[in-house]
Amino acid sequence: MSRRAKTAVYGVLCLLALPFLFPTWWMVTSSLKPVGDIFAFPPTLWPSDVSFDAYAKAFELQPFARQYFNSMYIAALVTVGTLAVSSLAGYAFARIRFRGANAWFVVILVGLLIPSEVTIVPLFKMFDAWGMVDTHWPLILVPILGAPSVLATFIMRQFFLALPGELEEAAKVDGLGRFAIFRLIALPLARPALGAVAIFTFLHSWNLYLEPIVFLSSSEMFTLPQALTQFVDAYGGPMWDIQLSAASLTALPVLVVFVIAQRQFIEGLAHTGLKG
Amino acid sequence: MSTRFWTGSRRDTLAGYLFIAPQLIGSLLFVFVPLGLVFWYSLHEWNVLADTFTFVGGENYQALADDPKLADALIATGFFSAGLVVLNLSLALLLAVLLNQRLRGTVFFRTVFFSPVVVSLVAWTIVWSFLLQDNGGINGLLETVGVDGPNWLRGDATAMISVIVVQVVKNVGLNMVLFLAALQGVPANLYEAATVDGAGRRRQFLSITVPMISPTILLTSIITVVGSLQVFAQIAVLTQGGPGTSTTVLVYYLYQQAFQFHHFGYGATLSVLLFLIVLLLTLVQWRMRRKWVFHES
Repeated sequence: MSRRAKTAVYGVLCLLALPFLFPTWWMVTSSLKPVGDIFAFPPTLWPSDVSFDAYAKAFELQPFARQYFNSMYIAALVTVGTLAVSSLAGYAFARIRFRGANAWFVVILVGLLIPSEVTIVPLFKMFDAWGMVDTHWPLILVPILGAPSVLATFIMRQFFLALPGELEEAAKVDGLGRFAIFRLIALPLARPALGAVAIFTFLHSWNLYLEPIVFLSSSEMFTLPQALTQFVDAYGGPMWDIQLSAASLTALPVLVVFVIAQRQFIEGLAHTGLKG
Repeated sequence: MSTRFWTGSRRDTLAGYLFIAPQLIGSLLFVFVPLGLVFWYSLHEWNVLADTFTFVGGENYQALADDPKLADALIATGFFSAGLVVLNLSLALLLAVLLNQRLRGTVFFRTVFFSPVVVSLVAWTIVWSFLLQDNGGINGLLETVGVDGPNWLRGDATAMISVIVVQVVKNVGLNMVLFLAALQGVPANLYEAATVDGAGRRRQFLSITVPMISPTILLTSIITVVGSLQVFAQIAVLTQGGPGTSTTVLVYYLYQQAFQFHHFGYGATLSVLLFLIVLLLTLVQWRMRRKWVFHES
């Protein structure tokens, strides 16, 4: 490639990178500005005085630490549960020959066609009847067992289909049962696929918004996305400084983990994720 | 006796069903039962305050056909989905092609373009909402170069464009990565042969690259179309469906009807409509596969 072409490509990339980088930059720097400065003109790219007032207020106005914990533990449980359910089902559909396997697989795949928004009304009514509204159960059970885990099962199946069969045959000859073969041989080999499933499952749970606002009503139960939008003044207008500091606290830890492990993140998703 | 009953294939059948049991029972309970209930509710008038649940047959569907706001919601949904899919797929492909040039620093740029995918959706939307305020960062930057920016979230057209752009920047990294993997799978000798035959870069792109990555184009377009019909948090945070009803997409309208106005029966009817639209679009795209997808791996 000629030098001029290279310069042009870099120029286009830098220009395109702006809308991807600037919002995060602006979020963090604005959250550190004194409240009077956040709409100052001309805009300043760096706070003149660094102030952590808005961060302190986020914890005063709402049980923000509790809400943070809620989001973390729900996402962690959903991730572990989804890994278990989807690797079991994916393994069976890929490696165990049993009557009805293909038919049930197609039945389960239908879940991919049903966005959770379609079933939100009856799900609300069901959990209401079981006394589970304003608890975390709907946010844990539905992703692990319902439509969101179907994609995970599909990915695990594609991965197990591609595994060579010799290892299992040898284990069978040695008298290992199905579950032992799955646990001791197939699962350790599936680490890349499990990693990809874990990442997108965690993010999916971490990002949920419609479900929490439908199911949860008391502020100690809220998850982060829902809590962020609750920092409003008496007229319902957003308290920008506090929203931005709470948003920074929500976004930065995941971003840091991502930047450290970006290769595993991106290549895991690209290669084991959705290629099959 | 028992050893003869438990033949290898019976054992496998039992194991298979035990392995898929959690997923199967879960799908039944949290996918198929609610889907059935959605149809059942849509045939009822459900008054939450008076606690009445009366069978009304097709009345909700009649109301749906007569609802003047439904047309607005469908138009908004159509604009949003079309704008999102076109912008997302073309930007994803452009970024993937640029990053596939074997230049230094591509890992850095790949990380940059992917990073919004891992940022909490609501946090991301709040920041953009802040940036798009009349006196916010974007208009501030525009003003420093002498441009008087519009009040983005308060104008019909600019509100819709804003919602689309915010969502594209958030998620385009995912499609970019899938395209990048597909581009790297195109055999280099095809390009070499084409160069020998005198095909230019544009010709090579249209006659080699696009057909070779068409399975990925199909996959990403299905994912993006279905995803675009589910957009909710972005609307709720950025525009609350406004100004007027210009960004009230179907899911947001459904949420308003069911959970703000407590019209559960009518909300269920809108859910049925949403389900049918997703089903139809997926089937159409799946059938188109035979026409324009070059090969299946």
